[in-house]
Amino acid sequence: MSERTSHKISTFRKGVHPDEFKNLTCRIPSMDMPLPAEVFIPLQQHIGAPCEALVAKGDMVKTGQKIGDSSAFVTSPIHATITGKVMGVASYPHPLGAKVPMIHIKREGDEDEWELLTVPENWESASRETLQTVVREAGIVGLGGAAFPTHVKMAPPPDKPIDHFILNGCECEPFLTCDHRSMLEETDRILKGMAIMMKMLDIKDGIVGIESNKGDAIAIMKSRIEALNLNFKVQSLKVKYPQGAEKMLIDAALGRKVPAGGLPMDVGVVVNNIATALAVYEAVVDGKPLIQRMLTVTGDAINKPGNLIARIGTPFQACVDACGGLSDETSQVFMGGPMMGLVQYDLQVPTLKATSGIVCMQTSQLKNMRHYPCIQCGTCVSVCPMDLVPTRISRLAETGKYDECKEWGVFNCIECGSCAFVCPSGIPLVQWIRVGKVKTTEKQQKLKAQA
Amino acid sequence: MTEENTPQVQPEQPEKPAKPTPKPKPKKDPRAKLYKPEKPLILASSPHFHAQATVPKIMWNVVAALVPTTVLALIYFQWAAAGIILVSVSSALIAEMLVNRIKNESFTIPDGSALITGLLLALTLPPSFSLGGAALGSVFAIVVGKHFFGGLGYNIFNPALLGRAFLQASFPVPMTTWSWPLTARYSEVDGITAATPLGLFKFEQVTSELSGLLTGNISGSLGETSAIAILVGGIYLLIRKYADWRIPTSFLLSVFAVSGVFWLISPETYPTPVFQLLSGGLMLGAFFMATDMVTSPVTAKGAWIFGAGAGFLLVIIRLFGGLPEGVMYSILLMNAFTPLINRYTRPKFFGEVIA
Repeated sequence: MSERTSHKISTFRKGVHPDEFKNLTCRIPSMDMPLPAEVFIPLQQHIGAPCEALVAKGDMVKTGQKIGDSSAFVTSPIHATITGKVMGVASYPHPLGAKVPMIHIKREGDEDEWELLTVPENWESASRETLQTVVREAGIVGLGGAAFPTHVKMAPPPDKPIDHFILNGCECEPFLTCDHRSMLEETDRILKGMAIMMKMLDIKDGIVGIESNKGDAIAIMKSRIEALNLNFKVQSLKVKYPQGAEKMLIDAALGRKVPAGGLPMDVGVVVNNIATALAVYEAVVDGKPLIQRMLTVTGDAINKPGNLIARIGTPFQACVDACGGLSDETSQVFMGGPMMGLVQYDLQVPTLKATSGIVCMQTSQLKNMRHYPCIQCGTCVSVCPMDLVPTRISRLAETGKYDECKEWGVFNCIECGSCAFVCPSGIPLVQWIRVGKVKTTEKQQKLKAQA
Repeated sequence: MTEENTPQVQPEQPEKPAKPTPKPKPKKDPRAKLYKPEKPLILASSPHFHAQATVPKIMWNVVAALVPTTVLALIYFQWAAAGIILVSVSSALIAEMLVNRIKNESFTIPDGSALITGLLLALTLPPSFSLGGAALGSVFAIVVGKHFFGGLGYNIFNPALLGRAFLQASFPVPMTTWSWPLTARYSEVDGITAATPLGLFKFEQVTSELSGLLTGNISGSLGETSAIAILVGGIYLLIRKYADWRIPTSFLLSVFAVSGVFWLISPETYPTPVFQLLSGGLMLGAFFMATDMVTSPVTAKGAWIFGAGAGFLLVIIRLFGGLPEGVMYSILLMNAFTPLINRYTRPKFFGEVIA
């Protein structure tokens, strides 16, 4: 066997094992969703400064045309995802709950006219700056969920030398299979996208981290790496949640611990998602800005679960309809998986760049949950991947002791929800910790303002 | 355009004068067609999954783990054991119900915690103890030991042990009057009452047979005589993760180590560490009392300290205290330290840099 492949299954300490439900969709080939009649494109779909709209009501736009940008460094432009007419720039419901400014585009006719990016002829000989400009202009952000602008991530400060690139193919959230399907269907393009990003960082060591429940993806990745003569290693990882959290992934793959409050670049690592690598390839080689992505539409309330390649900004309702519609008994719809996903109140909200799935449920694992007082069983402590004491932080947050919250590491929490998942007393631990984070920050800012 | 058209349509259809008014409404806003399911969507903050472990599940598993010990108590002490267990458990349940009624809260008997308290207390009593005394101890355990502190999850001390401490203080003589198991009584000459192996050693320097300590065919409290029965239940708890393995491990290791030091110093004066491990209520205490979740630390480091501290105190009490047995007080003392231990054993954060 090649040196590049590792047979040892590695992992991080602690964590939980939620039911997977990946069989609903992981064997079904992805489907190109028909073009939606209208899209809503939020001006901010990333961490950083929001974009300013470059179009106004009544303008005609082409697919891939840049319709929003900002002059800030940490930002990412947005593009029209269908060819049609701008109906307005106004506040519409957003998956995060509030109404935020979005550009509403309605399709006119059936044509799908593309406006492509100017790209270097051969990426292998292109300069780092050229590649970064293409990635920025393509509006690429981290597609695993955090949506941090990729061109910023690819330009680490000089005092943070990077030596390893990790491609995150863990997909540890239950239900979601879009990264799994992408790895099977777009293997070469993903690997080349990874090679492009490694060229941007000028590093040699690349690791593809995949949970061992995706044996077919591990096998095809290994064989294509060999065939393309790339110098990447495939690391199979134990099936455990939250294996895909970047700090956990770095620990599992390299045995390096990102310092508390630090970033992966502090230990010389850059982590990117499967979908991001694919988007980078499509931008740099095909000149396509980030206007579509694969997302999993699944759950026991969906009639025909599957993976869709959908335009960004498509209303959830259209995605759900493309998968056979919803059962009348639907009780919950999440953006993302059930462990960290955001619950939705209205299916007119659009998909975002970082939307990896729409999960619709009619049954709930929380249905028969009864609340008991905390019995100090310590299960939350024994599963917290960040080595916190969730029961204590949640109680401190509940009783308003925010100074102590900080002392007990409230800001180290990655909000994976493992604590609330295991709590036998049904205490909303991670939810209280979120409250603690917000309130502690507020208190700190107030103190700063007074000083 | 539409505004001009509608008045033209109306005169053509004079039969339906009321209908045109509701029709334009949907046109008002294309986004008005919200998803309207039969039931509104439930809003909640993630996670939306749960491991399905519940407090009653934990408690009933502890009850299940106590079955082997309870069955052996019934075999060895027969009607005496049956009476004490029945009275202790039922008075715990009745007390719990009455407290629920007084506090005007929902009945908490189904969570199983009151049953455990009653059963554990019964298993720590001598077989010849009076039924009234057992009932009193049980009520004290529930009312004072648990509910005075705020009920399940808020008590500082293990309620069953607090109940036992109360009985020990109130009835010192019956609490230390032991009898032989019925299965062993007739082979002995000295009648019904008998000292425990620990008492025999402390006051008469007589060591007992190890086989008796293992199977439980010796004098002692109802549930503390057989190390094997307790181990079966205890290991079940550890495997199912309903008890922290670190606590019994560190407790027993600490007893072994500390008593071993004394034994090495003077083998004539002090009993062997193996005898210390198997005799008295140590096994029951280490697996079922010290591991009580509410009153033991939540952190891994805390669990080690808790067990080690209890073991140290136990040996000191057994060797130098006025009583032959020290399990109860060693655990109760460590219970009192638990909040402090929790506070000072915060685990090192993932990636924490020690300055």
